Amino acid sequence: MAMILELLVQGAQMALVLLLAPLLTGFVRQVKARLLRRRGPSILQPYRDLARLLRKEAVLAENASWLFRATPYLVFAATWVAAALVPTFATGLIFSWTADLIAIIALLASARFFLALAGMDVGTSFGGIGSSREVMIASLAEPAMIMIVFTLALVAGSTQLSTVATVLAGPEVGLRVSLGLALVALVMVAIAENGRIPIDNPATHLELTMVHEAMVLEYSGRHLAMIELAAAIKLLLYVSLIAAVFAPWGIVPASGGGAGAWVAALLAYAAKLAVGGFLLALFETSIAKMRVFRVPDFLGAALMLGLLGTLLLFVSRSL
Amino acid sequence: MPILVALWCIAALLATAVAAVAIGRHPWGRPLVYGVSLTASAVAGAAALVHLVAPAGGDLTVILPLGLPWLGMHLRLDALAAFFLVVVNLGAAAASLYGIGYGRHESAPQRVLPFFPAFLAGMTMVLLAADAFTFLLSWEFMSLASWALVMAHHRDAGNARAGYVYLVMASFGTLALLLACGLLAGPVGGYAFADMRGGGHDATTATLVLVLVLLGAGSKAGLVPLHVWLPLAHPAAPSHVSALMSGVMTKVAVYGFVRIVFDLLGGSPWWSAMIVLAFGGASAVLGVLYALMQTDLKRLLAYSTIENVGIVFIGLGLALAFQANAMGSAAALAFTAALLHVLNHALFKSLLFLGAGAVLTATGARDIERLGGLIRRMPITSALFLVGCVAISALPPLNGFVSEWLTFQAVLQSPDLPQWGLRILVPAVGALLALAAALAAACFVRAFGVTFLGRPRSAAAETAREVDRVSLAAMAVLAGLCVLIGLLPGVAIDALAPVAEAVVGARMPAQGASAWLTVVPIAESRSSYNGLLVMLFVAGSAAVAALAIRRFGSRATRRGRPGIAASRCRARPPNTPPAALPSRSGGCSPPWCSGPANVSRCRRPAPPRRPA
Repeated sequence: MAMILELLVQGAQMALVLLLAPLLTGFVRQVKARLLRRRGPSILQPYRDLARLLRKEAVLAENASWLFRATPYLVFAATWVAAALVPTFATGLIFSWTADLIAIIALLASARFFLALAGMDVGTSFGGIGSSREVMIASLAEPAMIMIVFTLALVAGSTQLSTVATVLAGPEVGLRVSLGLALVALVMVAIAENGRIPIDNPATHLELTMVHEAMVLEYSGRHLAMIELAAAIKLLLYVSLIAAVFAPWGIVPASGGGAGAWVAALLAYAAKLAVGGFLLALFETSIAKMRVFRVPDFLGAALMLGLLGTLLLFVSRSL
Repeated sequence: MPILVALWCIAALLATAVAAVAIGRHPWGRPLVYGVSLTASAVAGAAALVHLVAPAGGDLTVILPLGLPWLGMHLRLDALAAFFLVVVNLGAAAASLYGIGYGRHESAPQRVLPFFPAFLAGMTMVLLAADAFTFLLSWEFMSLASWALVMAHHRDAGNARAGYVYLVMASFGTLALLLACGLLAGPVGGYAFADMRGGGHDATTATLVLVLVLLGAGSKAGLVPLHVWLPLAHPAAPSHVSALMSGVMTKVAVYGFVRIVFDLLGGSPWWSAMIVLAFGGASAVLGVLYALMQTDLKRLLAYSTIENVGIVFIGLGLALAFQANAMGSAAALAFTAALLHVLNHALFKSLLFLGAGAVLTATGARDIERLGGLIRRMPITSALFLVGCVAISALPPLNGFVSEWLTFQAVLQSPDLPQWGLRILVPAVGALLALAAALAAACFVRAFGVTFLGRPRSAAAETAREVDRVSLAAMAVLAGLCVLIGLLPGVAIDALAPVAEAVVGARMPAQGASAWLTVVPIAESRSSYNGLLVMLFVAGSAAVAALAIRRFGSRATRRGRPGIAASRCRARPPNTPPAALPSRSGGCSPPWCSGPANVSRCRRPAPPRRPA
């Protein structure tokens, strides 16, 4: 019985991230539009877009290979699995031991690896530029992320995300310099990884500076739907990750809780997503996009902050 | 007895080498030589595996009345030697199988066939040697045989220089090892490894030996800054020999380092770990940075070998640091991570070199700028090469990720180290390791993307044809093992336990007992990873998505010119709500999206097709 309940919770988590992801994207767009004094589309618009794309025929280049057709499904699946392993409203997920935080990062890296290859498959110039920029950004964002993981793991004594969330929710951790550095670095990495302003602009298809959109420019129809859904899930994943680690309030612990605790946890999660989405929109509207060759400076700073956090913990476990 | 089996295999290989001088030009020479090499490697590897998994009667020792008259030839098969025998013979068997098909294109087979089995015999002898004389003699024999193979195409531009640099560096390395063995033997002159192991060594001797071994074995393994010969020599040889040199011979060098520093020297002072860690970290990052700049596919792979050897040495350095501070389980974790990476790298680097050989056969080109579009002409080779690329980029669920993940877990054990030097250096090396892993992914996106994807950039690439089935079978075996170890890493880790126990005196917890074959390095609350479940979840989710789309979405597909999807009104001005998009099927009415003009805008920039 307990087993079935745990499976249900895990299944609910998987369904939740899948269903909420377009909503978060729509919410961010709506807030951005309001901040620009526009009415903006409904926050349900991403669902309609996905449904529309799924109904359309897919247009493929003549020379597109099997890799090009398989990649959208692989990217979607890897991102979805990674998101399902991040605690959203409960920490004691039955499959949380399948992959620790390093493995979750690596799963996202797998998704990006295939997406970058797909961008090069057809051989048009935009795809190549997009892939080249994407791996350039990733080659700095990933080590920064690993350094953040090191910082968290040294504080919590574990790379297991549920354990990290539980420990950081506890009273004994408190405010720490290293955690502050890690939070700043994590936000910078999250912005870069999701292709948000100032690294990349998710709302453009016609700029020579675009990264992610250039890479997926050849996709259409159901393939594009998979990729857009994966991008939405990835945004949700990073917001959930920051929330689970740095704002672990209200999460149902592994020992479980009553029905009230579950409801409170779900409400708290929704509130965290809303706050995260609002802050992201606020940040994006108040800053200009960077030139591409400035991106390494930005991510280098994130890497150094992460390394500094780790070094501080090597100097003293209480910092 | 496994050791006698291995010795008979060596004898068979040496006899084949001699016979190949006579039959090298005969049409039956090639399949015969490679066939015997394949059989001998497979048998020796299987014998070593049996000894590793189920050791009957402890370590096996044989003393042959050869070599120095007062010493004899000491040969010994223990867990460490057995593990490296498995690695070497696995790579050797795959290269031999590949050679049966690939050797057909060899212009001068008599320059390759005699030295190939001799090279295999030399590597196996190094692993079995249990006295300094036999060890150094086999080491030099291995170097010279591989030098002869590098010089097989000595008339090609640059190969003569590659061979010369290799010869100088190999001699230098052997000299350093010779001095190290002399110091270990001491004034008494006990040249058998058993005598060296017993004798206590003072700090000065231990330091000198460590530095000399790092120079000797490190130059063979390709540690920066002793790597200069490696990117010249490895690509110069025929591709299946390149696979052996990069995938396997560097591992023999790692074996030499482990044998002397961990086994013969006994305990090392803590700061010796700092030297090893610094060399490892520098090699990992510089190797992959050099690899990113290459346009020659085989040279790119050779530089990436330097990176992976660096990762192995980071693991070994961590093991030394933990061992010096009597942290047994952490030392076992770091050492197991290093050994697992040895095995993994042997598998995927051999696979990638064999794939590069297939590309070379099909197109005659090693310059990736002149390839492209091969995924359509060589579907099986490209799929197998892709497996190798994913594995070497340390991406789950393949094997490369597991060993790097274990190395990261070992780094996370190090705040408990008491020495300040190590506590500052280890996180920095951890950052270098993370950087190397991320850059490796960028490097192999480029290697695969430019070679196999896009449009063909030369007539040769346009007319390439898939290689023969035997070569494909050799690559498929290696790719299969990469996937298998990635999915079931616990089995490999358990098989490595006796080696770790023999060398660092501790082992990782048994993985076979944990639920669903999860890898648990220390405790489940600290970290765990399950490749099998990750793979199942990803495959399941992808299947669900594909089925759902088949059921509820559109299945229609249309083919068109490249760029057609991009030009079809995807573009909209910034800040336009998606609702304002024109419907895709119904023409391009809005002004910002006037079909043909848009196509031309999409084609504007010059095409730098590779990730920089």
